[in-house]
Amino acid sequence: MGSCCYSPSPSSSHLLVTDFFSWGFKSSKLPFLQQKRRFDRSQRASKICGYHGLRTPPYKLDALEPYMSLKTLEMHWGGHHRNYVEGLNKQLEKNDILYGFTMDELVKVTYNNGNPLPEFNNAAQVWNHDFFWESMQPGGGDMPKLGVLQQIEKDFGSFTNFREKFVEAALTLFGSGWVWLVLKKEEKRLAVIKTSNGICPLVWDDIPIISLDMWEHAYYLDYKNDKGKYVNVFMNHLVSWNAAMARMARAEAFVNLGEPKIPIA
Amino acid sequence: MGSCCYSPSPSSSHLLVTDFFSWGFKSSKLPFLQQKRRFDRSQRASKICGYHGLRTPPYKLDALEPYMSLKTLEMHWGGHHRNYVEGLNKQLEKNDILYGFTMDELVKVTYNNGNPLPEFNNAAQVWNHDFFWESMQPGGGDMPKLGVLQQIEKDFGSFTNFREKFVEAALTLFGSGWVWLVFDHLNISSVWWMDVVDEIMLDLLQTRTFLYLVKKEEKRLAVIKTSNGICPLVWDDIPIISLDMWEHAYYLDYKNDKGKYVNVFMNHLVSWNAAMARMARAEAFVNLGEPKIPIA
Repeated sequence: MGSCCYSPSPSSSHLLVTDFFSWGFKSSKLPFLQQKRRFDRSQRASKICGYHGLRTPPYKLDALEPYMSLKTLEMHWGGHHRNYVEGLNKQLEKNDILYGFTMDELVKVTYNNGNPLPEFNNAAQVWNHDFFWESMQPGGGDMPKLGVLQQIEKDFGSFTNFREKFVEAALTLFGSGWVWLVLKKEEKRLAVIKTSNGICPLVWDDIPIISLDMWEHAYYLDYKNDKGKYVNVFMNHLVSWNAAMARMARAEAFVNLGEPKIPIA
Repeated sequence: MGSCCYSPSPSSSHLLVTDFFSWGFKSSKLPFLQQKRRFDRSQRASKICGYHGLRTPPYKLDALEPYMSLKTLEMHWGGHHRNYVEGLNKQLEKNDILYGFTMDELVKVTYNNGNPLPEFNNAAQVWNHDFFWESMQPGGGDMPKLGVLQQIEKDFGSFTNFREKFVEAALTLFGSGWVWLVFDHLNISSVWWMDVVDEIMLDLLQTRTFLYLVKKEEKRLAVIKTSNGICPLVWDDIPIISLDMWEHAYYLDYKNDKGKYVNVFMNHLVSWNAAMARMARAEAFVNLGEPKIPIA
């Protein structure tokens, strides 16, 4: 929790206060966290539950046709993403030490520096999918503009080179995982990385700019085994460079990308 | 290569000799392997290629309807499995040190004791899929019989208990992977105390100390789950049944309903005949103990 909170959009965590018997639950699992205990232990004291909501994508579920079908969105968002959220909420019911975190914080905390807690898979996948829906838009694709384009050209040489690397990472990923364009905090440059299963670059303090879901459930209904077609369609028609611009602009508050080049008269 | 070769059915590796310029390729990647170099280095010497074939399942592609559709078989076997085979062959073209291995050996060698070579993913997935098709049959499911049932009841308590564990493993697997019923090494520390105590009781040797590293390797059935392409062969376990939990295996038929897929597999697809054959073969490699012969 010492690291800064980077959130792509306002968090969707809510605190639900319900009338239940309180329970004296003491967890020494994460000693560095302070337990948020606010009520006495009388029988009729309220129980605070952590609760995260399933956020809808910033477009209608059929808006990405024909590149990502309505059926895929319904299964992927309505099925998989929803299951992750519900699974996470079920897990949080049992363990009050994880209440009150934003999704970002929750991902980093449950990653527990490489020794993930059971809640990590669900938490990370919820975050990953929120980020993924926002990384796409109807009428997306094409080229990035302005600052993002400049930074890409600076760190990859050319947009084509970046695109090649991104596609290659997606096609060489074995098993389930994600491909990311991230801004690396230490090195202060963009990079293409791929992660396995539910791992999210937040856990390494990198700032994600764009992501692509390479779990098979993301493309199997539309493209079956043709990963190449899926990735190319994503790059040509789906990826939201607007979202990338917003995220880059915000990232610049956290990362010193160097002096702007101000031409001297 | 020191470990025994356990192969569910005759290997499908072929050696293709084609007329090409030979190349002087020296690999120091796996020093413990002997390079199989048989020809001189003249320009017109033949080049030996490793080559593995795509084996068809032991049933027609539509034989598993309606539990596993023809479409799934066509995509899964004809697309994914074929890609793994072709990918493996392409990789083998470049590296003659891996020629001549059976699929079992190749999987263990490329696993390289936890530091897998690039060929591992393809090799393991080819082996896994061969094993998987043979783990199913039309009209499968139901209960195992005879020896397999006895062993399951011995190691799990009851068939129901085993089924529960298998289904649970499948549903709790995160990401891509496989669920297996294997003959598994028992953890040394868990069996050591029991074995030493047994020996002391049996032998009545009070002088036997607890520092003896008496490793009793007892093999017993276990349900395990592996990630991505990992295969229990690499731990010298003997697989009996497997279930593919990669999403491509069930998404076209069941979409997100993993529970339905796993139950259908257990009820209608799993081939206990294949399991019996594999158990029988495994007994050549594993000492399952004395049979109980009733004394007249």
